[in-house]
Amino acid sequence: MFGLDKRDTTLLLIVAGLTIFAPFLLNPFPTDSGLAQFNAGYPDLMQRFVIFGIFAIGFNILFGLTGYLSFGHAAFLGVGSYSAVWMFKLLSMNVLPAIILSVIISGLFALVIGFISLRRSGIYFSILTLAFAQMSFSLAYSVLTPITNGETGLQLTLDDPRVLGVSATADGSIPVTNLFGMEMRSTYHLIVGPWDFQFNMGYYLCALVMIAAFYLSIRIFRSPFGMMLRAVKSNQQRMNYTGLNSKPYTLAAFVISGMYAGLAGGLMASMDPLAGAERMQWTASGEVVLMTILGGAGTLIGPVLGAGFIKYFENIFSKINDNVLHGWFSFLPDGLEDFVVFIIHPFIGKGWHLTLGILFMLVVIYLPGGLVEGGQRIGNWFKGRKKSDAHQSKTNPAE
Amino acid sequence: MDAFLLQILNGLDKGSAYALIALGLTLIFGTLGVVNFAHGALFMIGAFCAVTLQKIFSLSFETVDPEKTDFLGNPLKVKTPYVESWFGPEFGGAIIDWSVPLAILFAIPIMVAVGFIMERGLIKHFYKRPHADQILVTFGLAIVLQEVIKYFYGANPIPTPAPDTLNGVANLGAVIGMDLIYPVWRIVYFCFACLIIGAVFAFLQFTTFGMVVRAGMADRETVGLLGINIDRRFTIMFGIAAAVAGLAGVMYTPINSPNYHMGMDFLVLSFVVVVVGGMGSLPGAVLAGFVLGVLESFASMEWAISLIPGINQIIIYLVAIIILLVRPRGLMGRKGVMED
Repeated sequence: MFGLDKRDTTLLLIVAGLTIFAPFLLNPFPTDSGLAQFNAGYPDLMQRFVIFGIFAIGFNILFGLTGYLSFGHAAFLGVGSYSAVWMFKLLSMNVLPAIILSVIISGLFALVIGFISLRRSGIYFSILTLAFAQMSFSLAYSVLTPITNGETGLQLTLDDPRVLGVSATADGSIPVTNLFGMEMRSTYHLIVGPWDFQFNMGYYLCALVMIAAFYLSIRIFRSPFGMMLRAVKSNQQRMNYTGLNSKPYTLAAFVISGMYAGLAGGLMASMDPLAGAERMQWTASGEVVLMTILGGAGTLIGPVLGAGFIKYFENIFSKINDNVLHGWFSFLPDGLEDFVVFIIHPFIGKGWHLTLGILFMLVVIYLPGGLVEGGQRIGNWFKGRKKSDAHQSKTNPAE
Repeated sequence: MDAFLLQILNGLDKGSAYALIALGLTLIFGTLGVVNFAHGALFMIGAFCAVTLQKIFSLSFETVDPEKTDFLGNPLKVKTPYVESWFGPEFGGAIIDWSVPLAILFAIPIMVAVGFIMERGLIKHFYKRPHADQILVTFGLAIVLQEVIKYFYGANPIPTPAPDTLNGVANLGAVIGMDLIYPVWRIVYFCFACLIIGAVFAFLQFTTFGMVVRAGMADRETVGLLGINIDRRFTIMFGIAAAVAGLAGVMYTPINSPNYHMGMDFLVLSFVVVVVGGMGSLPGAVLAGFVLGVLESFASMEWAISLIPGINQIIIYLVAIIILLVRPRGLMGRKGVMED
C-alpha cells in the first residue's frame, strides 16, 4: 500500500491506529479512580506527544541516517514557531498558511546553516550547529527584539492587522487559531460511564500531520536517497572514492530535518499561539537528541517512541509527590515505608530530570539501539529460548 | 586608552575561566581521546566544594546571651560558629572569612577522586565507541551531576564572598599614571589561573611522568609496548584535569554566585574555545581562552555594539564559525588530529 512493502505498511497502520485512538488508549483509568493521574489522554499532553514525535522523526532523518549529530536543532523549531505566530498576526488565524510558512522559513534557515556546518563533520559539526543555535538564541533575546519580542515572547495582540481575518472578535477578544473555521481548541467530551474521553480538534490535526510525516520518513528510509545517507554514515570516505559527492545528500537530509523541526514549531504555535526564545536554547536541542537516542536512532519507530516516552514520564513523574508514594507503600511496615519513600523522593517531582539523566546514561551504555533494540532483544530472548536446541551455533561473517 | 586597558582586564578574568576549563578538556581529549561533555559539571562541582566548605565552617551552635535582650525583653540567642569557639573569635573568624581560598585544599582531593571514579567507572568503557556515544554518555552524566547538586543545594545561586581584604577594588593605573579601578579578586583569579596553567605545563614538560604522558599523547600504542602502564597515567591525568576544572570553579565563586547550571553555561563556551584553539593542543586552548575572553569584553564596548548591534552576544560563536571554516584545525592544532 502507498508504495510500501508489507512490513512497513503494517508499521504505518499501527502508528496511525495508535495516534487516532490515542484518546482511548491513553485514558485507561476512570476519572474518579486513584490511578487517574496516570491518564495522558488530555489534549495538551497528546498534542505534545505528536508534535515532539514529528520533531524527533525529523531529527532521526539526519542523525539516524547520516550519523551527523546536530546539537542545534531547536533553532529550527524556534524559527518555525516565530514565523507561524507572525502569520497569525499579519494574515489570518487559519493555521494552514502559518504552518506552510514555518516549514518554508525553517527550511531556508536550515539551508544556510547546513551549507556552512556541513563543511565539517564529527564533533566539529556538532559544535558548529551548537554555535549557530546559540547565536540565534542570543540574537532572539537581544537585537531581534522587534521580530521576536525578546524575553516576553511573541504574542498575539488585539491591534494586529490580520489582513484576511479580524483583529478582534465581536466580543473584543483575540480570535483563536482555526483551520477553515474549525477551532483548534474545541474539544468533544465523550463520557462513557466513569471515563471521560476527549477528542480535540488540534490534536487530530497534529496527529494527521504526524502520520503523514511518518509516512514520508518511511519513504525516505527505503528510497535510494536513504541508501545514500546510510552510505554516508557507514563510510563517507569510501563513498567519495567511488566518485559520489556526498555533500548534496547530507545537505538535503539536513534541510529536510530542519523542515520537520519547523513543522513541529509551526504546529506548536498553532496549538498555543505564542513563541519564545527559550524554545531555541541548546537544552531544547539536547532534549530531541535524548528522545531519538532513547527510542532508537536510525530506526523508524524509535524517535516516536522516545518522544512519547519522555513526554509521558516527564508529565507523570513530575506529578507524583511524597503523599502519593506514601499511599503506594502503605502496605510496608512504618519505618520501611518512610525509608522507601526517602529513597525514591529525589527521583520524582522536580527530580524528574535526574531520572531522565540516569535512564539516558543506562540506555547509551547498555542499549545503544534504544528502546527498539531493547524490544528486539527481549523478543529474541523469547524466540531463542523456544528454539535454542535447533540453532545452537550461529556463524558470524568475518569483518 | 583607559577604557581600552580596562576592557582587556575585564576580558582576562573571564578568559582565565575559559582557559582553565578548556585546558582540562584538552588534557582529557589529548590523552584519552574522549570528548567530555561533563567537564562543565566538574567546574560546577568545584564551585560547590567552596560552598560546602563555607557551610561547614559556618556550622554553629546557639547560646543564650544573658546580658543582651531583644526588643521584647526576651534573652537573646547568639549563634557562635564551632570554629570560632575552638580557635577563638579572631582566628576562627579569619578561617570563615578565607573559606574560598581554603576550599582549594579541600577541593583538590575531592576533584581528583571524582575524576578517578568517572574515568574508571564510566569513561573507560567508551574508548572504543564512536565520539558521538562519548558525547552522549557524558552529556547524560552532566545532567545527572547537575540534578544531584540541585537536589542538595537548591536551584538558587548561593553567594560565596571572597575574603574581606580581597573584596575591594584597587587602582591598578596608579603606577602608570592612569585611572584603572578594578576588583582585587579578579586580579587574584587571573594570577591564580596563570599559576595553575604554568604548573600544568611545567608538570608535563619537566617531569618524567609528564614526559611519558606526552609520549603517550603522541603514540599511545608504542608507549604501551615499551612496558609502561600508560592507562594508569592517563587516569591520573584525568584526575588532574578534573582538579583544574574544579579549582577554576572554586575560585570563580566570588565572581558569580554558583548555581547548579553554571557548568552547562560554561561548557558550551569552553567547547567553542577548545575548537578555536585546536583540538588536542594545550597551548592553543589557553591562548584561545584568553583571546576569546578579551574579544568578548571588547565586543561589549559601546562603539562595537553601535557598529553591529548584538555583537557582544554572538562574538564568540562568530569567531568559532569563522575559524572552523577558514582554519579547520584551529589556531594551534596539530596536523592530522581530528581534522576531517
